[in-house]
Amino acid sequence: MNFEAVLENLPLYLDGLAETLRLAVLAVVIGGLAAVPLAMLRAARSRWLHGPVRLFTFVLRGTPLLVQMFIVYYGLAQFDVVRDSAAWSLLQNARFCAVLAFALNTCAYTTEIFAGAILATSAGEVEAARALGMQPFTLWRRIVWPQALRRSLPAYSNEVIMMLHATSLASVVTLQDLTGAARDVYARSYLPIEAFLTAAAFYLVLTFALVAVFRAAERRWTAYLLPRR
Amino acid sequence: MLHGYGPSLLQGAGLTLSVALLSLMVASVLGLLGAVAKLSGSPVLRGIATVYTTAIRGVPDLVLMLLIFYGGQMLINAAWARWTEAPAPDIDPFVAGVATLGLIFGAYLTETFRGAIQGVPAGQIEAARACGMAPLTVLRRIVLPQMLRLALPGFTNNWLVLVKSTALVSVIGLTDMLQKAAQAAGATREPFTFYAAVGGLYLALTAVSVLALRGVQRRLEQGVKGAGL
Repeated sequence: MNFEAVLENLPLYLDGLAETLRLAVLAVVIGGLAAVPLAMLRAARSRWLHGPVRLFTFVLRGTPLLVQMFIVYYGLAQFDVVRDSAAWSLLQNARFCAVLAFALNTCAYTTEIFAGAILATSAGEVEAARALGMQPFTLWRRIVWPQALRRSLPAYSNEVIMMLHATSLASVVTLQDLTGAARDVYARSYLPIEAFLTAAAFYLVLTFALVAVFRAAERRWTAYLLPRR
Repeated sequence: MLHGYGPSLLQGAGLTLSVALLSLMVASVLGLLGAVAKLSGSPVLRGIATVYTTAIRGVPDLVLMLLIFYGGQMLINAAWARWTEAPAPDIDPFVAGVATLGLIFGAYLTETFRGAIQGVPAGQIEAARACGMAPLTVLRRIVLPQMLRLALPGFTNNWLVLVKSTALVSVIGLTDMLQKAAQAAGATREPFTFYAAVGGLYLALTAVSVLALRGVQRRLEQGVKGAGL
């Protein structure tokens, strides 16, 4: 083992770390916010409301993220309409395409998580809120969402960790994230084990940090759901 | 529409399917070993299994795949040079892909199988021991047949994720269906068509899997009394 080459290239890894965090945070925030209205539609009783959302989540959860990223980054260029549009300069940017693909992907998974939590709201609470004269908006804000978000926490923490790991695909479209940095160090030093183990260690630390954050969040907000000790 | 690249795509789909099925076999064996190790009385075995599942699940699949493909080659080269002058054999990307995916999903299946084994009533195992069965016989005759039903939902999820993860083998140079699509996209300048076709094939694969495994589930649940809700 020779970690000198890794130490020499530490700045490369740190830049990669910043890129990985930037991609993950952007994707999770954008995807998560978009999932809020979609989950409400997905949980709706009307087929016209939940049907399109179900189709969206079925397609995005049923295909590999790498394929989705290729469709956004390489595929859209096939259409003249896209190439002539104002969005074209954005779509030529690898980072924009990666974030778009990641956000869409995590949005689909998060929508299903939130929708499941919304549907688990007990009918009695909704009835009680209506009986008190709450408007739909107030009902969602005060009764449904606070509990749905709490119930979503365990599944959502898995999704965020999955998304963090998924950002490693950005290196396939030439972005210099942690994985991209490791590939670069490997190409320069020809030390694959050291180069990739270092990236793996960074991801492991990030994963543990996320697990700790979500565990604290669960203790803070879902203490009443935890098994009694 | 596919400019005669249809058969080539299907060929790639065959490779994708064989990578997925072989990885599943490797993963099932590793998962079973891991689950038995995690539930064993030996702290050493438990420790090894815990390190295995934690490390694998904390690191992105792509990083592990690059580590095993390039790092494994390095180790083989070093070991080979110690014994002979002849050039070392190259790691086949197919073998590397199957080994990596098997190793990764072995960690996920370890957790799935562990939960399922714990779901088998303890009285069953005690009764088997009381009849004088050896530990392996207990596992084979009593635990495995009963845990299958409990493991199937988690197993189905792991399989769906595994199928989508096979897209990563294109990164280490295997001509799976994504790679075939990339070739066709380059030749015809119609990337969207081909990547969308690959997405459709993945969707078909996951949809068929869900239906088939639902049939298996129904069969395994014959004679099981539900909660009657």
